[in-house]
Amino acid sequence: MDLQDKLAILADAAKYDASCASSGGDKRDSLDRRGIGSTNGHGICHAFTPDGRCVSLLKVLLTNWCVYDCLYCVNRKSSETRRARFGIDEVVGLTLSFYRRNVIEGLFLSSGIIRSPDYTMEQVIEVARRLREQENFRGYIHLKTIPDASAELVERAGRYADRLSINVELPSAASLKALAPEKDAGGIERTMSRIHLRLQAAREARREAEAVRALPGVAPRAAAPPPFAPAGQSTQLIVGADASDDRAVLQLSHRLYRSQGLRRVYYSAYSPIPHASAALPPQAAPLLREHRLYQADWLMRFYGFGADEIVTEAGFLSLRHDPKLAWALAHPEAFPLDVDRAPREALLRVPGLGVGSVDKLLAARQRRRLRRADLLALGPAARKALPFLVAADHRPRAGDVQALAQPAPVPQQAELFG
Amino acid sequence: MKLPLRHPSDWDGFAAQLPTLLAGGDAGWTRDVGAQAALFGEAAEGGTQVWVPPGDWDELGRRVAMHADDTRYARLLAFARRLQAEPALWHDVLDVERRRLESMARQVGREIHKMHAFVRFREVTDEQAAGGHRHVAWFEPAHHVLRAVAPFFVRRFAQHPWAILTPLGCLHWDGQRLSGAGPARREDAPPEDAGEALWLTYYRSIFNPARLKVAAMKKEMPVRYWALMPETRQISELVRAAPRREGQMRGA
Repeated sequence: MDLQDKLAILADAAKYDASCASSGGDKRDSLDRRGIGSTNGHGICHAFTPDGRCVSLLKVLLTNWCVYDCLYCVNRKSSETRRARFGIDEVVGLTLSFYRRNVIEGLFLSSGIIRSPDYTMEQVIEVARRLREQENFRGYIHLKTIPDASAELVERAGRYADRLSINVELPSAASLKALAPEKDAGGIERTMSRIHLRLQAAREARREAEAVRALPGVAPRAAAPPPFAPAGQSTQLIVGADASDDRAVLQLSHRLYRSQGLRRVYYSAYSPIPHASAALPPQAAPLLREHRLYQADWLMRFYGFGADEIVTEAGFLSLRHDPKLAWALAHPEAFPLDVDRAPREALLRVPGLGVGSVDKLLAARQRRRLRRADLLALGPAARKALPFLVAADHRPRAGDVQALAQPAPVPQQAELFG
Repeated sequence: MKLPLRHPSDWDGFAAQLPTLLAGGDAGWTRDVGAQAALFGEAAEGGTQVWVPPGDWDELGRRVAMHADDTRYARLLAFARRLQAEPALWHDVLDVERRRLESMARQVGREIHKMHAFVRFREVTDEQAAGGHRHVAWFEPAHHVLRAVAPFFVRRFAQHPWAILTPLGCLHWDGQRLSGAGPARREDAPPEDAGEALWLTYYRSIFNPARLKVAAMKKEMPVRYWALMPETRQISELVRAAPRREGQMRGA
């Protein structure tokens, strides 16, 4: 099988993983002229595919052969999908060649389980090791941790990777047991905790080393601790393959952010897969549900919303309104707010006001009373905020909020080639 | 009057002249001064610094100076006049003209980011280059951002020779030194190389036809960049075939 065929199969097999982020790593460059690549902590999307997703990393499986039989997975043992396996040098070569073209920030490598979890993990790590140690590759590397891989292998993976991830896959342990008999929710979380503890230790070591370096007379490069996954860890769960509702999903995310220190939880709307098991729904989960979960996740992380209050309807987020508007409509007693007086955390709950807009209003109101024109100057999205705010020359009319509650017209996707 | 700018985005040249201009010597500053500045010309004439601008003025001005709008320098000058008369104006982040300048700076920042992302290098044989080849790209920036993107590519590909050709000027990195050159034509860009087919295959394969969202793609990757990116030639076919492929995924 030639490289083109392998790439087609092993990229196709990797596309159900939502993450392609390349942000949050250390700052590196190749100005020493020994290698190639740079990272600056911000991710770059080098292209977008017609599914609206960002291409930031070469996202492939090392192999899609797998000894597990997870029903939701296109690569499960009993699936009739075409199989391929990359040689380690082939992945290294593809990464460097794509990087030179400036189409990727680095590599996101995962794999089906072959022989044993440890053997598979070793193969994955060897790709990263060659990139880092032989090619002096300074770009971004994301490695998928194989559940139940040994602590020593997790340690080695973290030495080469910017980010590690391990997928919780399904929102409940019972669903996982039913759909992925070889996987075990406890084992996945144990691995996650192990990575979390190791990340905390690395951060601690770095803080101490910085404190030592700050002392007078110490060489600037003294005692730099070895890096461990500087971009942290993330996970993914599939939505719509089991009966879990949005409240259960968001409570799980909330717990993972808090207790496992995750950087990101990715939600992947269940997408029908070729040769699907009859135990799975035949329809794709609505992409809108996935979108609402991302919005709610964002509000939990940056806007001070709790996992319980954000789901305003029975168990599920509103599909009609975004979660912030849905919350505001469900809490008429919280509005209108005086834009000259309301505290920051209250303004953050106003539909149409983002963190940037709120901070601009706070800065501007130090100097003068704010007017309707100032709200409009924030941009088109802020128009949505008018019914919820009072300003020197602005007062919402009765009925403005109700007008927002009307069903919005369903947005039609623009035809590309009409 | 001799134009005081070395190139269209010569913020330092403009900033050096600003005290003179604020003192009333603005006779030659017409709205199209940005359009008249030569790409690579004489050094700017110095001026004496009197007005002390606010802290972030330099950062804002440097970005605005890269904008393609020919009124950019006139706008900066007009705003500097108001600031000089009323320094507290700087803290009014909702002032209409301030918002306009910020918006121009954001457009420039976005163009820099998109250029970092969307430049596509192709391999070209070059006996003289270290390693026997160079990587050369063709790009058409909407603003005068060529100089601003150079450090990114130098840090990333420091030991590899590369060039970026644009209709507004070129950048050449030989592994040691960065140099500029005048405008290039599209015909100067290299043709498809041997490795490009693998990238095209990857782009096709990582697309999930069950999640077609063309509007989201076009929002992040506006159509005006497509001619610069080889993979986008496949988009129409991917979109056309998506419903059939999704049916196959679900059927079977």
